[in-house]
Amino acid sequence: MPATPALTAAEARDLRAFAGTMIPASDRYAAPGADDEAIFSEIERSLGRDREDIGLALGRLSLLAGGAFADLPADRRLTVANELRAEGGAPLTALTRVILLCYYRDDRVMRSLGQEPRSPFPLGHVVEQGDWSLLDPVKKRAPFYRR
Amino acid sequence: MNEKVDVLIIGSGASGAAAAWSLADSKMRILCLEQGDWVKPTDYPSNGRDWEARLFSDFAINPNRRARETDYPINDANSPIKVVNFNGVGGSTIMYTAHYPRLKPSDFKVRSLDGVADDWPVDYDTLEPFFAENDRMMGVSGLAGDPGYPFHQPPMPPLPLGKSGQRIGKAMNKLGWHWWPSDSTVATVDYEGRGRCINLGHCTPGCAQGAKASTDITYWPAAIRAGVELRTRCRVREITLDEHGMASGAIYYDAKGEEKFQPAELVIVACNGVGTPRLMLASQSGRFPNGIANSTDLVGRNLMFHPYAYTYGYVDEEMDGNHGPTLCLWSQEFYETDAARDFVRGYTFQINRGMGSIVEAISSTAAGRLPFGADHHAVYRRLLNHRLSLSAICEDLPEAHNRVTLDPVLKDPSGIPAPRIDYTLSDNSRKMMAHGIARATEALKAAGATDISTEAPIMNGGWHLLGTARMGTDPERSVVNGWGRCHDVKNLFIVDGSIWVTSGGVNPTSTIQALSLWIADNIKRRAADGTLFD
Repeated sequence: MPATPALTAAEARDLRAFAGTMIPASDRYAAPGADDEAIFSEIERSLGRDREDIGLALGRLSLLAGGAFADLPADRRLTVANELRAEGGAPLTALTRVILLCYYRDDRVMRSLGQEPRSPFPLGHVVEQGDWSLLDPVKKRAPFYRR
Repeated sequence: MNEKVDVLIIGSGASGAAAAWSLADSKMRILCLEQGDWVKPTDYPSNGRDWEARLFSDFAINPNRRARETDYPINDANSPIKVVNFNGVGGSTIMYTAHYPRLKPSDFKVRSLDGVADDWPVDYDTLEPFFAENDRMMGVSGLAGDPGYPFHQPPMPPLPLGKSGQRIGKAMNKLGWHWWPSDSTVATVDYEGRGRCINLGHCTPGCAQGAKASTDITYWPAAIRAGVELRTRCRVREITLDEHGMASGAIYYDAKGEEKFQPAELVIVACNGVGTPRLMLASQSGRFPNGIANSTDLVGRNLMFHPYAYTYGYVDEEMDGNHGPTLCLWSQEFYETDAARDFVRGYTFQINRGMGSIVEAISSTAAGRLPFGADHHAVYRRLLNHRLSLSAICEDLPEAHNRVTLDPVLKDPSGIPAPRIDYTLSDNSRKMMAHGIARATEALKAAGATDISTEAPIMNGGWHLLGTARMGTDPERSVVNGWGRCHDVKNLFIVDGSIWVTSGGVNPTSTIQALSLWIADNIKRRAADGTLFD
C-alpha cells in the first residue's frame, strides 16, 4: 500500500485547532484536549485510508473560516466547526472519526473515564451472572411457536 | 493441471467447513479452495490498544472499507443495506456475533401457513439431528426450555445476563413479553480445547482467546485431521463443464497469481449468498451462456438480507458497555405472523450490550448527540456505558428484482468481475421495522431509558446473504433440488445461504450449517447407494 501523503503545514495547523475545538481540555475531568501533542501526533499517524476525505474536510473548513481556521479566535472556531458539522458528509465523518479514534484510546483519557488503559486480551473483563430468577415468569409460559 | 480430486469445495466458511468435515469420513479425496488466509489468534484486534480503531480498517465488517488483498469489492451503491462479510479460513464466522438461533418449524412452511413466498422442500424435524450435531461441533451455549422453540439442549450453559440483561429482562417481564438467553457459539465453560469466555469485549471482529467458535478452530482442525486438504489464497474464477454437461472442476488463481485448473468429480459451492451467484454467473459456457446452472435465470435473484431496525436509549446507571459478547438475549414475542398486524411474518429482538468508548463516541457524534466544545466531556460521561439497545431482525421475503449480478466495470485484484447488488426494501419490511421500533421503544421506556433513537435499516447490516440460488422441487422455479444439487448440473452442489427459500427472522449460521451437514449426508448416502446423479 502506498504511503499516506503527510498533511501540509497549513492542514496540520487547522486539524489541530479543529481537534482542540471539538474536544477541548478539561480541568474538571482531568482530561487533555484532542489537540494535546501526543494525541495529535497519533492523529497525524492514523490518517491512513481517510487522508483524502480529511483533506477535503479541512479544505471546506478553511472556506467556511474565510482563511486559516487556526487563525480564528476561539469562540469563532466553535461556530465554524459546528457549521461544518451541520453540512455533514463523508469527509466530515472521516475527520471526526480519526480524532475520536485517537482521543479515546489515550491513557490519560481512559483513566479520566475510570477505564483501565489496556488491551482487552489477555485479562478480559468481568460480566456478572445476574439474577436468573428473573426468567421464572417466562419459564411458565406455554410453548408459542407454530408448527 | 492439478491431480483430480473426488470433491472440490469452494469456500471454507460456515457451510464449506461443515460439508468438508462431514464428507471426510467417506474417505473420498477432498480439497477446499479458500481465497483468504488463516487468521492467527495474535492477529485479532483485541490484542492491542487500537482494537476499536481496527474495526474501521483491517477488521472492518464492510469489505469495501476493509479492502484486504483477499477481499473482493462489491458495488452496493444501489442498496440501502451494504454487504458485510469476511474472507479467510472460517469465512464470516470469523466476524459474526456468534448469535446462534435456529430457524423455527414455521419458517419452512411459509406458503402453507401464511400464503406468501414458498414452502421449503425440507422441514425442521428432518434437520433437527443435524442442528444437534452442529451444536456439538461448534460448541453452543444456551438454556434449554425456551417456550419460543422446540426443545433442544445446548451443550454449555448460557452467557451471563450482566447488568444490561437484567435491566431489559425486568422490563420485558413488566410488559409480559418473551425473552430468553440466546443460543451462542461463545464457550461459557472449557469446551473441546477452547477456553471459556473471559469477556474480551465485543467479539464480532474475532476472538483472540478462541472462546468464540469460528470454523477455523472447530470444523477445520477435525476435517484436516481426517485428511481433507485446504488450500488458501486460491481465488476461483469459474467452474468448468465437460462435454456431458457435468462440472469438471474449477479454474483459480493461486497465491502467486498463477492460473490453475483443478479437476474434480464433484463440485460444492460454499461462497455465501453473494459470492456463490457471483461465481456461478461468471462461469459461462456455450451450454450456460448466462452462468452455470442458470437455465431459469434465477441465479442471483431473490436476494434476502435481514433488514435490522436498531433502537437504543440511555439509562441512569452504568451497564456492561463493551464488556462481554455483544448479544446475550433474544425475544421471540413478535416472531410468528399475527393477523392483527399490517404485515406478514415477524422478527426476533436481539438484545445487545453496550459499546466501546470509541464506537460510542463516533456513533453519538454522528447522531448529533455528542457536542463539540466544553460540553463534550459531561455529555459523553452520561452516554458511555449507559446504552441499552434492541435490534429487530426482520424476515425479508424473496423478491426476484432483489438480485446479485456481475458488475460490468468493477473487478477484484485477479480481474474477476465484482458482484453488483440491486436491492430495495419491501413495504412489508418497512412496516415490520416500524413495528419493531415501536415495540423496542416500549421496552426501552419500561427499562427507564431516555434519549431513544433508531437506525433502520442498519446500513452496514447485510450480514445475512440468502436466497440467490434457491432450493425447490420444481426445476422451473428453483436452482437446486431439495438436497442442494443443481437441477441443471448433477454433480454441482450448493451448501451456503444461497439455497434458502425464505429468510426467517433469525441469524442464519446455525441453519446454514445444519443444512450443509444434511446435504453432505445425502451426498454420502446417495453415493453409496448409486443414486447421487439420478
